[in-house]
Parts: sequence; structure tokens; C-alpha cells
Amino acid sequence: MSEAIAYYPGCSGLGTSKEYDTSTRAVCAALGLSLVDIPDWSCCGSTPAHTKDHTLSAALSARNLQLVANMGMTAAATPCPSCLTNLRTANHRIEAAPFKAKVDKLLDEPYGGDVNAISVLQALVENVGLDTIKAAVRTPLKGLKVACYYGCIMNRPPELMAFDDCENPMAMDNILAALGAEVVPFPLKVECCGASYGIPRPDVTAKLSGKLLEAAVGVGADMVAVACPLCQMNLDLRQSQVNRAMGTNYRIPVPYFTQLMGVAMNIADTEIGFGKLNVDPRPVLSRALSGAD
Amino acid sequence: MRIGVFVCHCGSNIEGTVDTGIVAKTALDFPEVVFATDTMYACSEPGQDGIIQAIKDKNLTGVVVASCTPRMHEPTFRRAVERAGLNRFMFEMANIREHVSWIGKDREANTNKSVDLVRIAVEKLRRDAPLIPSKFSVNKRVMIIGGGVAGIQAALDCADGGLEVVLVERDSSIGGKMAKLDKTFPTVDCSSCILGPKMVDVAQHPNITLHAYSEVDAISGYVGNFQVQVKKKATYVDWELCTGCGACMEKCPSKKNPDVFNEKIGPCTSINIPFPQAIPKKAYIDATTCRQFVKGKCGVCAKVCPTGAIRYDMTDEIVTEDVGAIVAATGYDLFDISKIAEYGGGRYPDVITGLQYERLLSASGPTGGHIKRPSDGKEPKNIVFIQCVGSRDKSLDRPYCSGFCCMYTAKQTILTKDHIPDSQSYVFYMDIRAPGKMYDEFTRRAMEEYGARYIRGRVAMVYPKGDKLMVRGADTLAGTQVEIEADLVVLAAGAEAAKGAPQLAEKLRISYDKYGFFMESHPKLKPVETNTAGVYLAGSCQGPKDIPQSVGQGSAAAAKVLALFSKDMLESDPQISRVDIKRCVGCGKCIMTCPFKAIKEVEFRGQKKAEVIETVCQGCGICTSTCPQGAIQLSHFTDNQILAEVNALCQS
Amino acid sequence: MPVLTGKELRIVGFLCNWCSYGGADTAGVGRFNQPTDLRIIRVPCSGRIDPLFIAKTLIGGADGVLVSGCHPRDCHYAEGNFYARRRLEVLKRFLPILGIDPGRFDYTWVSASEGQRWQKVVTVFTEQIHALGPAPRFDAVAPELLAKIAGAIGQGGNRVAA
Repeated sequence: MSEAIAYYPGCSGLGTSKEYDTSTRAVCAALGLSLVDIPDWSCCGSTPAHTKDHTLSAALSARNLQLVANMGMTAAATPCPSCLTNLRTANHRIEAAPFKAKVDKLLDEPYGGDVNAISVLQALVENVGLDTIKAAVRTPLKGLKVACYYGCIMNRPPELMAFDDCENPMAMDNILAALGAEVVPFPLKVECCGASYGIPRPDVTAKLSGKLLEAAVGVGADMVAVACPLCQMNLDLRQSQVNRAMGTNYRIPVPYFTQLMGVAMNIADTEIGFGKLNVDPRPVLSRALSGAD
Repeated sequence: MRIGVFVCHCGSNIEGTVDTGIVAKTALDFPEVVFATDTMYACSEPGQDGIIQAIKDKNLTGVVVASCTPRMHEPTFRRAVERAGLNRFMFEMANIREHVSWIGKDREANTNKSVDLVRIAVEKLRRDAPLIPSKFSVNKRVMIIGGGVAGIQAALDCADGGLEVVLVERDSSIGGKMAKLDKTFPTVDCSSCILGPKMVDVAQHPNITLHAYSEVDAISGYVGNFQVQVKKKATYVDWELCTGCGACMEKCPSKKNPDVFNEKIGPCTSINIPFPQAIPKKAYIDATTCRQFVKGKCGVCAKVCPTGAIRYDMTDEIVTEDVGAIVAATGYDLFDISKIAEYGGGRYPDVITGLQYERLLSASGPTGGHIKRPSDGKEPKNIVFIQCVGSRDKSLDRPYCSGFCCMYTAKQTILTKDHIPDSQSYVFYMDIRAPGKMYDEFTRRAMEEYGARYIRGRVAMVYPKGDKLMVRGADTLAGTQVEIEADLVVLAAGAEAAKGAPQLAEKLRISYDKYGFFMESHPKLKPVETNTAGVYLAGSCQGPKDIPQSVGQGSAAAAKVLALFSKDMLESDPQISRVDIKRCVGCGKCIMTCPFKAIKEVEFRGQKKAEVIETVCQGCGICTSTCPQGAIQLSHFTDNQILAEVNALCQS
Repeated sequence: MPVLTGKELRIVGFLCNWCSYGGADTAGVGRFNQPTDLRIIRVPCSGRIDPLFIAKTLIGGADGVLVSGCHPRDCHYAEGNFYARRRLEVLKRFLPILGIDPGRFDYTWVSASEGQRWQKVVTVFTEQIHALGPAPRFDAVAPELLAKIAGAIGQGGNRVAA
């Protein structure tokens, strides 16, 4: 099968979550989903833009979506849930004509309004499908216990995101099960990690992320698979902050789910990029996988 | 005709936004109107006397009252004009309250509209003719549908009043929801101890015929003469022979089926008597789990039954019951807690409904009255109760209050403390609704004497942590987030209309609201009547109710039936169709379309003609708009009358 | 006194007694504000409504006609609204042939409990009629001819059957 979708990596995909970007590209290529780069794409405005000005935020997203339209495409996939929220919110808001007029005023070219934005996770489940993923597995992740963590905005608000169950999403669980991993039921899969509070109030983030790590360890997970750059950063990079604040001694890897797909599909290490993570998953992985043999 | 028009102020209800004086004055210009006045309260005694006096003084031959809806006071005013010596059908109403004064404040437009409505009433009245009701006999048997506490009460009261009663129950035993309860609020009385004797009375009453494990299949007829087809579902046990000894249940090899009576928290056998006090105490086989049916071989129960009552070849049977009145008492069902995913109902075994908890408390329940949580059988110490799960929640399309949950939760916290003295109950609530005799005192006792901790706020999430359940919510009084480590979470699942309620309503030809609850005739003044004569309501089928309210309605419905049956003959509504034999061409279209088989074909001088059976005709007028000749006309809603109303509106 | 010139249009409603008339009552009891244009004619059942009543009302000078009955399957007379639905649907398609904008006629189902729904139905339909404006009058037609047409429609003759 060969299918193409426009690809919006988001700013973090070029920086802090480079490994999410490279593993996503490699996995999609191997699965026959062609990710087409958007020429001259710009930042979605992230949290600062929509906190300051809804029109500006929508305009930034609309600009990128119109670029997709100019490519002759009708859908874009992004790995980042935060970008996705902005793109989808823009689409929703400009349904109101007066708002759209204000947005168009800020743009060189008015946005037609007919480009759908979805997550890479959704594209893998819906455009590729679990059967194709299963068939592409070369090294089953047998013996690896994974807790899937979606973060709070991947599926919410449900009316806007319109994907999966907002209280108990299963898309990532199903993908990892298809890879052969043992998916442990993780009750906090949509709880907040503290998000951008990591900067102004690291104590809050430490507490919330600490709870997540505690729960993951509690259900016996070897690692926590994630789909959001910010969640990944809070759970992985700030793990020592959590340990300091909570008096714990966690050392649990927090890879992107696309990285684990890469392992199962025998993608090159350079594309998987485990070396970019704070807690290296490789020792746990090799222990789990060899234990299964 | 000499018409009098009376325009009611209804205090300020109408006069506030309609100039009734102008309406009355303008009405004097209408044809044949000889008298018009405004009046303070037309329905009051002086108001009615004023109408009667005017009829006599002015020699009126027809009356129009412009006031509230005819669905409210048409019978009142018809009786008034009758007292003045007129035929009571020489009367029309203009609805200038519900349809005018209460829906807008523009006095000029309202006054103008009221004039129009009086105008059409006058035009209709000018074409009215006196009508004489005919009489028909009443079958003095009553059917009660539903054998919960409301239906039981209605059945016993009717039977004690000397009526023959047919009680139809969907399950294999009567008792309904009350039979599942351990104790009742606010007295903490034993539920089965007070209900049990009533159930036995039903079984032993010579006037009561009980069809258990049966459903209403079809209903035809009308007040005084209904025919109801009752489907007796196959029990695969000959109840004439079954003694209820229970030998079959002991030996049945299929023991792991979800026990519906125990709200599926315990197992039961495929052949089963749901509980020890069941009435009738007879066994039935669940064919979906029984090995004889599923695998085609077993036959254990047939071998052990001492009376040889097992009948694997039994089929559903339809019996027809002729009755004169029907009481619907079909109760309620519970909101499906798995619809609120964040509470984990259906996902976590230790998140249960209040009714399931009731079974855990009950000595006849699956745990023998010891509180053991479903997952591991451990005795819980910290128990969290969450109120309004599927009640007062617009996002779930359940905006209504289920009424009794606040009270049974208070009761359950008290019982919990009695069962497990070192336990702690927490109750997350929105408001405490305890408006009944001794009710508020009871909830105070739960808090003050039994130490239940009430937390005002909603729960955001329930999630497992080890073998505990973490309950996270808001305490809106303290303005903080709270998290409680619970061993068991009990959800006060809201009440919903019983499954199949809308379908039954359609068979009964009564209305139901968007949630499936049956509509009463008037929310304040006719709470147990419906808009279909001879059909009454009792209990939670009309809306959530607690036990005393349900019992009260059961008795009220019985009183209505006894009053209806106090006459040997009923008067039929004479507003029925009549055939103009000269115009009728005998095509038979009216016979085909009549939903009540109220029109028959007759021979008249060698020609086919239609004839209306007066007491059967219900006055819908479908025949009138079907007849190609305009030969069959519904009295008081004739083509000429409706067109006169149209003309009055169009040509004014 | 006609409808208020310039403010109201002439809208006639035919409502069944058991559901929609009750729904309109419920709306009144609940004080659900509505436009004042509509005048309601009460009939026992929507099945009592001859489509020609509606044609005659529209030809006679009404700007809009609204019919409302019980929800299908919930008829007080078991099946009257099924007859109504068939007849009214045919009428709606036939109106353009009479030269009448079909937007001037609508039928709907409102139960006795649905006061709020009734408020919405009336408001939306009234707005719809106001958007269409006053119906063209048959002033240009010779009065005798108009009387003849109206007479033929109103007084039986060859009437449609269900």
C-alpha cells in the first residue's frame, strides 16, 4: 500500500523531540505511509500565541493548513498533540465567518478551511492499520511490559479531537499489542503530567509526573510509551527532579511509541535515536527481550 | 342562535397582558353574539353563577368562554351551561391564557390575537348542535401491569374493593425493586419483612389472577372494554406441578450465570427461583444458559424434580384478558454506570451501583449479608459513595433528579457502620435532597451519629492503585481537591424509564416524555390519570419515586378504578362521527381506515352504507378526512366547522 | 381586527388535541415566549386534517400554515398521524403546482411534554414565514373564479382519500 499525507513535525520535532520526528518518518516510510513535508511551514504559535491572542493563534495554524492545501492535499499529520490542538482549534473557530474574516486579514492568502489535521497516532491506526503494522514486525517486543501514556490533550476535548475514547483511549495500546508487547492497564493514561508548569512551578510538575511514574511502576511497567514531546520531557528529563521532590529513585525509560515501533520493525538505531533520551531504554529492552527467548 | 361571550381575567394571568374588556366589546360585533362581558375568574363559583345567570337573563343558547386551555376547564364549563338548562355541547372555549397571555408581553398583539381566537370559537359554536351521550356497559375487571410495590398496592386495593384483578409481571416473581432492598429509609425497617406479607396477600387473594413471567403483547378496545393479549413466556416448568422445593437448583450443573435478581454480582443456576420469598415461588429455566438448550443434553433437573414438572418443550403462550381498566405500574430501571467512563463502572469490579450494594447488605444476597467487595471478597473499610451518577447531568441527557438516591445513600452509610464498625463512609454529593417526613433528620443522623463524611463536590476520576481505588474529586465548600483511598466505590445510579416503557405506552395509547416516563393527565391535579380514558399510572413509570410515593399512587390509581367501576354503565363522548346516509356511496374507505373498527357496513334499501357504532367510536375523525363524499362527519369537528374557523381567520 | 399590519403575518396552526395542543399548553404554562402571529385551530387528531383545509387556508389569504401532531407511533388514536404524514407529504409536493411556495407550509410532531420544542417550532416557523414575507394575494384573479375555486375545494366534491 502506498498513501501520502502532509507532515507537520512542529518545532519540537526539530529540536527537543528530534528522535520522535526521525522515528516517525522511518516507521511511516517502512509502513508505506508517505509523509510529505510542507514547504515553508512555520510554528503553530504553541501555548504563547493562543494565550495572548486567539486570532493570531488561528492565523498561524491557518497559514500552515493553507500551505497543505496548496500542495493539493487535504490532510496533515503531526506527531505533537499540542500542535494538533492548535490546528484543529483553528479549523473549528474559523467555521464562524466573522472570526474567519479576522484571520484571513492576517494572512497573505486566505485559508480555504478544508484541510483536516490528525495525529501521527491516528494516521498509523486509521491510514495504515493494525494488520499492516503487525505484518511489519520483525522483532516482536515479547516480554516487554509497557504502560501507554497519552497525555491529557491527545483525545480531549472529545468534540474537538474526535478520536478514540477520551477517558480510556486504546489506539497506542493496540499498536503496542500488535508489536507483541505486553500492554499493562494504566489507569492514569490521560492524566496531566504538569505540562508547561515545568518552568514556572517545577514543584507542581514534579508532583503530577511523580504520580504518573508511581502508577506506572505500580502496575509493573518496564517503560512508559508516550506520544507527546512535552509529556516525554516531563517524565524523562525531569525524572531526577521528581525523584528529588518525592524521595523516590525511579529510573524508568520513557520512549516515544514510534521508537518502540522502530525497534520491532528493525529500523536503524540512528533513526530510532534512543541516545537522545535521558533514561536509555536499551538495557531494559534487551533484558526484557532476551528474557522472552 | 343567541351567543354569550365571557372573557376571563384569570386574576392578572390574562388581564396582565390582554385587554379583556376590549376583547369582550369586540366580540359583540360577531354574528349572533348578543352578550359579552369580561369576568374576574370564570371558573370560580361566582364566575360560573354569572354565566348561568346570563344564560337565563339573556336567553342565551350558546356560550363561549375565553380563558385557559380547554384541556383544563372545558368539562367545568360544560357542566355549568348544563346547569343553566342548555345542552352541554353548546359551548366552546378560546384559549387566551396558555396560547396568548402566557407566551408574550405585547398587550396590543395579545389583545388582537385573543379577539381572533374568540372569533373562531364563535364561528365554531354557530355550527354546533346539541349532542346526547349514549351509555355502554363496563367490564369490571382491572389489569395491573407491573408487580412492584406500586402495582401490588393497586392490585390489593382493587381486589379488596371487590374487583377482579389481573396482575401481569415481567419477571418470574413479583416484588420489583423493593424486593431487592435490604432496609428502607428513614425507619431502617426490613424491606422484605414489610413487602413480603403484601406479596403473600397477592398470591392468596381470591380476586387476583397473577400472570408472572408474562408481558403485555397487544391491547385493543377502549375504556370499559379493553382486550389485552398477555404473552406468558415459556418457563419450561409446569407451574401447576412445581412446588418450589428447590431440588432442581441444588443439582443444576450450570451454576455460574449472572444472577439478575442479585444485580449480577453473584452467580445463579440456569433453573432458578430468584429469592426465598418469591411469589409465585416457582422455578423457571433460562434457556440462554441451560445446558439442555445450549448443548442439547443435560436433563438433570427433569431427573431430580420430585413432581416431574420440567417441560423442555414448553412454548410461549398468548392469553387474552378482557378488562375495563388498566393500571400501568412498570417502574424504572437504572442508569448504565459504564456510560461514565471516568468512574470506571463496568471496568473495575469494586465500582458498583447502589442497588448492587443493597444486595451485598441483604442477608438473602450473594454474600449472606456480609459486606464483601466483588473483586477479592475482602471486607472494605473505606467506602466512597458518589451521588447523582446519571442524574442532574445535562451532558448525559439526564437533567432530572432521581429523587431517592440521597436518602438510600444515607441509609447505606448507616448500615455500613452497623455491619463494619471500624469502617468510614464518604459521600460526594451535589445537594442533599431530603424533602420528606423524617428524611432530613435521617441524613443528619447518618452524618452526626454514624460519622459519614459528606463532601460537597463532584468526583473527577476513580482509578485503581494497587488493590485500592483512588477517588479524586473537588470539595467545593473547602475549595480544595480531595483524594480518597477507597476499598469500594458505590455509585448512586440514577433512575431511568423501564426498558420497553415507550413500546408499552404506544400499546396503551398514552404519551411518554423524552426519557420514556409516562405522561400523567395533569402534573398537579391528575397525577395518576392519563389522557386515555380507563388507563391509569402508579409509581415510578411516571417519574422516579420512593416507596411511600409509589404506594400512595398505587392506592390512588385503585381509587380511580373503583370510582370508574362504581357505575354499571358509562357515558360515551357523543363527539363522534355520524354518517349522512344520502351522501354515503358505500365505498368502505372509512371502514378500512378506522383504527377502532367502529364503522360497519350495513344494507339500506338494497344499497351498501357505512354505519358508526356509537360506543366504539373514539372521535378521531380520520374517517371524516378520508370520506370522498364528505358523508361521514365528526360531530363538532365537521368540515364546515373547521372551514368556518379558517374563514374567520383569513377573512377578518 | 386583522393581524397587526406590518408586525404580524397570518399564520394558522392545526394542532391535534392530545399531543401538540397539549405541548403548546405546556409551553404556555412554562412561559416560553413565542411570536404572536400564530392562531391555533384545535382538532382531535392530525388524521382529522384534510389536506384541502390547508390549501384552502393558503388560498384564502394565510401567509403560512403549520400542522403539528403526536410523534409517529405515539398517536392517541393509534395510527391517525400515519395517515396525516402521508397526506401532508403529498400536499407539500403538490403546493408548487397550485402556485404556492411550499415553504409556507410545514408539519411537525410535538408531544404534550415538549413545551420548549413547541416554542422553537413556532419561533422558527414564524421566522421562516417572515423571511418569505406576505403571501401574494389573488387580487388579479376574477373574484367569481376565486370563489368558484374556493368553493370547489371547500365543499367536498371529489376529495382526496388516504
